Amino acid sequence: MKLQSRHLLGLEGVPEQDITLILDTAASFKEVLERPIKKVPPLQGKTIVNLFFESSTRTRISFELAERRLSADVVNFTAQGSSVSKGETLKDTARNIEAMKIDMVVVRHAASGAPHFLTHVVKANVINAGDGAHEHPTQALLDMMTLREKFGKLEGLRVCIVGDITHSRVARSNIYGLMTMGAKVSVCGPATLIPKNIEELGVRVYHNLEKVVTEVDALNVLRIQLERQKSGLFPSLREYRRFFGVTKEKVDRAPKPITIMHPGPINRDVELSADLADGPHSVILEQVTNGEAVRMAVLYLLGTSN
Amino acid sequence: MKLHLKSGRLIDPAKEKDTVVDLLIVDGKIERIGKSLAADRSYEAIDLKNKVVAPGFIDMHVHLREPGYEHKETIRTGCASAAAGGFTAVCCMPNTNPAIDEESVARYVQEEGRQVTGGLVDVYPIAAATKGRKGEELSPMAELSKAGAVGFSDDGSPISNAEIMRRIFEYSSMYGIPVIQHAEELTMTKNAYMNEGFVATRLGIPGIPPIAEELMIQRDIILLRYIPKSKYHVAHVSTAGSVECVRRAKAEKLNITCEVTPHHFTLTDDAVASFDTNLKINPPLRTKDDVKAIKEALRDGTIDVIVTDHAPHTIDEKEVEFAQAPFGIVGLETALGLAVTELVNKKFLTLSQLIEKFSVNPRRILSLPVINIQEGEAANLTVFDPEKEWVVDIQAFKSKSKNSPFHGRKLKGKAVGTVNNGKSWFEM
Repeated sequence: MKLQSRHLLGLEGVPEQDITLILDTAASFKEVLERPIKKVPPLQGKTIVNLFFESSTRTRISFELAERRLSADVVNFTAQGSSVSKGETLKDTARNIEAMKIDMVVVRHAASGAPHFLTHVVKANVINAGDGAHEHPTQALLDMMTLREKFGKLEGLRVCIVGDITHSRVARSNIYGLMTMGAKVSVCGPATLIPKNIEELGVRVYHNLEKVVTEVDALNVLRIQLERQKSGLFPSLREYRRFFGVTKEKVDRAPKPITIMHPGPINRDVELSADLADGPHSVILEQVTNGEAVRMAVLYLLGTSN
Repeated sequence: MKLHLKSGRLIDPAKEKDTVVDLLIVDGKIERIGKSLAADRSYEAIDLKNKVVAPGFIDMHVHLREPGYEHKETIRTGCASAAAGGFTAVCCMPNTNPAIDEESVARYVQEEGRQVTGGLVDVYPIAAATKGRKGEELSPMAELSKAGAVGFSDDGSPISNAEIMRRIFEYSSMYGIPVIQHAEELTMTKNAYMNEGFVATRLGIPGIPPIAEELMIQRDIILLRYIPKSKYHVAHVSTAGSVECVRRAKAEKLNITCEVTPHHFTLTDDAVASFDTNLKINPPLRTKDDVKAIKEALRDGTIDVIVTDHAPHTIDEKEVEFAQAPFGIVGLETALGLAVTELVNKKFLTLSQLIEKFSVNPRRILSLPVINIQEGEAANLTVFDPEKEWVVDIQAFKSKSKNSPFHGRKLKGKAVGTVNNGKSWFEM
């Protein structure tokens, strides 16, 4: 079984069978994570560089652990204190690193499309670990894996993504992936944080969280950035919390318990109340574990297909 | 110089002329026009069967980059590119370094143009409307017009301040020189770099809303109504709404004209999904509906002029992340081919109307001398083959820069020669 592309740049256009293959592969790697010795040999001799032009803790650690558990050699690159701060371009940085014989590149970058650009300048497999507000495919895959574990299937599942949709790569990748898998996807947030024409992707748009909770199986709650307030996109955190913050009080109106997801890091008691984050219907830590399994699956499928 | 241009199809929209004739040109002047003229062997005979002979084309929106950005383009390479594209004149925008905001720079670009082309391409400066293009204080417009400026613009940036725009309208009206506005409400376009809409939403790229352009055009129209003696020309319109604003203002008989680029009538924002930085343009590529409205506006005369907005950038400058890349593409060598392919062959314009938009209308807007294709007049001619099929090859560009999204595109229609100021080139 092989993926159709030799890169993972996003989930837009990725066919259902590829997503299923990744999720099935991830499920078997999850077993590896339960073993006392959490290491398998498939990427032995492969060298992977993690190119992080934007700060990240959990995604970078998750990728690095996944790479090491597959026995790859790993190099980490962060923009701070690197050649980038000396004015080197992305193209030169990537080409120089590739000249050191790299097989795969995992890239996180603030500019949408940066991983696509890399595929034109290097020969290595490129995995997108988050580009601008565009895509974060492994995050959406781990979200889908978590939902599939919880509900048994994704088809027909009702998922609402709550928060700043405009600036969210997690939202976009989830929309593409979940729609492909037949889920019913909606978004909920202030009108200023919902991008134009998003309905054309087939999602429903809500501005009323109280209504949303009566109609969904799971909420994927996005982190709200304080900077958005300064650029005039919402009035205050207080108001945001009151109307769009996911709280026990609001969720309790639902006819049945709603599964709570969050890509992290959480602003506790801002977009998500602490009692829900730590509550019985939260799958936030499962998401983190599944993140490793999904990343192992993606690295394995791309790294062994050449 | 003695040329015998044989059996060309002379199309002169100003005289409503469309006939197959011979022209004899001696030292830059049209000596004779007539059917199957005889000429002795001192004339270089050029067979123009099935080629169109037109009044010389002018591109009134070009970034020649000199002085200041000679690594992107020079007046020499820019003019060579213009000539190859069939233009006998270009207007250079003032966003050079130093900006064309004082006499000496305005004179320099014209003189350098004469020097490096020998007159094959006339360079007309469009001077900054404000000092340093900062939008704060008026540029010395009287001096600049005396030094040859044919328009005033802060192109690259809008003239944002309404009070300053009003005063520019008033001051420039004394000299009958058009104010050319890069219409963009900057408060709505901060850090944005493609059309706002479905594609931008898919790609997670901050969007430039169409209304950012339309708002400024509408504001300027209100100012123009207040100061009706001034002349207002909207640079590179890109949206259906902009076109509608101009159409209504024209119906009111205001002194308003506008231009469009070939990329805005050829491409849509769908193409940006490739993250090709040669599709990063300001104003951005818009939607199918906008392209349709623009083609209609070209047909009904709302859009007066086709320009290139030729904006050279080096490969290194463009080979970066989409967010980091500078805006703009080169266009001088593809404009005619795109216009024939997209507009003439798709029946939006006749060849005569095409020539109006490349020659007659821009010269009228800029108050440049009318090109008379008559015996005894100076020969200023563009000759093109409307049937010639060719494939765009950026490596063959005369321009120093190669930032074109049209590489590899099959086009119909190509310039095969120009004549101006006693200089000429022909290549069939």
